[in-house]
Amino acid sequence: MLHIPALRLGKPYTSLNKTQLVHHVTGETVAEVSQVNGSQIVRDISKMEEARNELQAIPMDKLMHMVKEAGRIFATDTLPCGDQAQSFDDYIRNLSSTTGSPMVFCKRNAGKVEYVLRNIDTIIAGLTRGLDMSILDKGHGSQDGRTLCFVPTCSSFGAILPSNSPGVHSLWAPTPALKIPLILKPGREEPWTPFRVIQAYLKAGIPAAALNFCPTDHAGASEILRGTGRSMLFGDSTTTEPYKNDHRVEIHGPGYSKVLIGEDKISHWKDYIDIIAESIAANGGRSCINVSAVWVPSHGKEIAHAISEKLAKIKARSYDDPNAELAAFANPDVPERISGMIDNLLKTPGASDITEKVRGTPRFVKEGRCAWLLPAIVHCETYDHPLANKEFLFPYASVVECPQSDMLKLIGPTLVATAITEDKDFAHALLNSTNVDRLNLGPIPTNRLTWDQPHEGNLFTHLYKQRAYQQSGF
Amino acid sequence: MAETKSLEILVKDAKTKLDAQVREVVQWHFSPDTGTPFWLEKAKEYKFNPLKDVHTFEDLRLFGTFEDEWLRGGPVQRWIPKGYAGKPTYVFETGGTTGLPKTRVVIDDFRIDYEMMSDTLPDKYFPKGSNWLMLGPSGPRRLRLAIEHLAQHRGGICFCIDLDPRWVVKLIKMREIGMANLYKEHAIDQALTILAGGHDIKCMFTTPKLLAALDEALRSGKLEDKFRQLGKKIPAGGLKSIKAAGITGIFSGGTEFTPQFTREAYEEMLDNGDVYMTPTYGNTLMGLACSKPICPEDGFKISYYAPQPRAAIEVVDPKNYDKLVEYGQTGRVLLTTLTKEFFVPRFPERDEGERELPFEKYPWDGVSGVRPFSEFAASTVVGVY
Repeated sequence: MLHIPALRLGKPYTSLNKTQLVHHVTGETVAEVSQVNGSQIVRDISKMEEARNELQAIPMDKLMHMVKEAGRIFATDTLPCGDQAQSFDDYIRNLSSTTGSPMVFCKRNAGKVEYVLRNIDTIIAGLTRGLDMSILDKGHGSQDGRTLCFVPTCSSFGAILPSNSPGVHSLWAPTPALKIPLILKPGREEPWTPFRVIQAYLKAGIPAAALNFCPTDHAGASEILRGTGRSMLFGDSTTTEPYKNDHRVEIHGPGYSKVLIGEDKISHWKDYIDIIAESIAANGGRSCINVSAVWVPSHGKEIAHAISEKLAKIKARSYDDPNAELAAFANPDVPERISGMIDNLLKTPGASDITEKVRGTPRFVKEGRCAWLLPAIVHCETYDHPLANKEFLFPYASVVECPQSDMLKLIGPTLVATAITEDKDFAHALLNSTNVDRLNLGPIPTNRLTWDQPHEGNLFTHLYKQRAYQQSGF
Repeated sequence: MAETKSLEILVKDAKTKLDAQVREVVQWHFSPDTGTPFWLEKAKEYKFNPLKDVHTFEDLRLFGTFEDEWLRGGPVQRWIPKGYAGKPTYVFETGGTTGLPKTRVVIDDFRIDYEMMSDTLPDKYFPKGSNWLMLGPSGPRRLRLAIEHLAQHRGGICFCIDLDPRWVVKLIKMREIGMANLYKEHAIDQALTILAGGHDIKCMFTTPKLLAALDEALRSGKLEDKFRQLGKKIPAGGLKSIKAAGITGIFSGGTEFTPQFTREAYEEMLDNGDVYMTPTYGNTLMGLACSKPICPEDGFKISYYAPQPRAAIEVVDPKNYDKLVEYGQTGRVLLTTLTKEFFVPRFPERDEGERELPFEKYPWDGVSGVRPFSEFAASTVVGVY
């Protein structure tokens, strides 16, 4: 039996308390994961100032080189995985087996993590807007004739990670390159990626004491959020709600990402169906950057029908099928509950699942203990229908009709908005909208990222603050 | 072979004593002269005669199961046996994490239980005459008075803190995690003040969570800060661990104890066992069960044994309380209390665990791996302090 230990100050720790990871198809146990107590994590966090000092002592150019090397190691080397050795292909297979995410998705998402590590200089330049990295070595310096001084906001950075999509690991991965130690709580079904990234870091020479892999329970997660000076938290609104006013915690909850079509472009709606469909269904619709609502001034039903015709072709396929477009659910009860919830909400008049009608079969599919949800595009007659602003872990989106003039008042928080318009006034209003976190103007799928810009928060401004600095001779 | 036979005899003797206790206690609680008003009333519903038909522990099955709803609300006087009418009486409440708290009247039981438990504490780590810190819940709980009595019984004085776990439950239900943490810090701050007071405290009662919180506070130098605030000299070697703070023995309980937490405490908080810790399992209804000494060789497994014949634990099939599970198998904890103050036949506890074999010191069934009963675990807030 493969055993994945916790890593305390980079050292393997075998706990008496282990969780079991099962294969989503067979139900067989794939691995055991050692769980640490919250109080053990707190004890380790108290040692992170020393770990940070170790990282601080490494010059930025050397640190960047190590992280780039870690990117290569992550993608090519055979690395320790508990008491066994794991090749990259083993990693992809393990990851797929416990998350239900097809191997083709896992490979694509691992590619994002590899890209971030291998291109860490570009990523850090994007986060810092081109800061001279030697300033982080000395703590202060001069750039473009201006004095700059940055101070870390914390001794360690915590991350409470999800299991739904391994691409999210690209968000925390730059942390050691910013000279801050990591305390990671992996998602229950996805210890694989964070463990492998840490192994790559260790092999590349990042100080072990700065790398902590802490599988734990909810109480342990709370201790990470309490004890680390800065953190990121992935979870649904119930999980993230208590921390919404805590500036130390960067929340990654539901994205409610949207495509908005302006009145100037609505008559050409057929030209944008491919972009909308990709935004909804890429990566199996599991990411917060997937679109969960399409807001249009008119033609709502026709648009919902056209998207449905495209997405109804998506079929449930095995995790090792290279043509897989959907992720299975690791727990087969979850999709049944989600589907039941949608059916229940459809009882409220004014909405219908167009894709189910086009496809002619139910969205819930089960084979053995494996279950999927096929795409669902729900046409909502009004923006306040209970299904108009929902996000689920499969390709789901509502199509909502709303006058352009009211859209920005009504869309609510939106992680990524692709606005298809050339209307200058509408574009100006979008640029001023505080509801929109990331804005694409023009027909750009919401899942396409530009790596030289921060997205979903800025790790650098989370981990560092600028301070005034003066120096005089004696 | 001789050893096995000896254990067999011990088990048989223990069962004989248990049956005798059953007869004595049932006679007392159901006799018109000494009986308990609640049970005398209840007996009218039974199709059997408790005074004539109950002879052995197994005969307690005639009573069905005890319903904890009977303990919610008053008047509590109905639980006082006529034989004890007029005696000074305490009322203790359970945690109150599941609605209206359960209440139990007590006259001397808590003193008897803790005096018996005192005999199991090693004097090396719990020196007679040393003072105690009660770092646990205050208020209408048996535990607070029991620990104070334990300290006094061993010739010491008990220092206590104020701690209301019901407020913590409310904070958690309101998802006020920050406030709950502040309250925990407040509890620990009181403990640090007592430890800084020069009271020569060597023994302590605490819960797993407060033990971890105290350890965290000590490691971050908060006791040393207290010393500085009071203008006291910090002893050579510092005050950054439980051992350095002068504690030699810890009696711990109140909430779930996992082997992993016990190992963490042993290895990381208590200097690899230099400070002795004995976990206990107990509650207001039963009294307290002692554990086998914990050790690395045993995988830090914690096995509890009830103070038979005053109380007995059975590990039963959750779907059939009359059926004991096999040794090593998981079942629900069924609790029976058999004292002249309080009779509780077959109460299904909110816990589950594995049935453990008798051994020489406790020649009756025990239970290990105690944790919240899986059917309730998701809906109940437990172990908040």
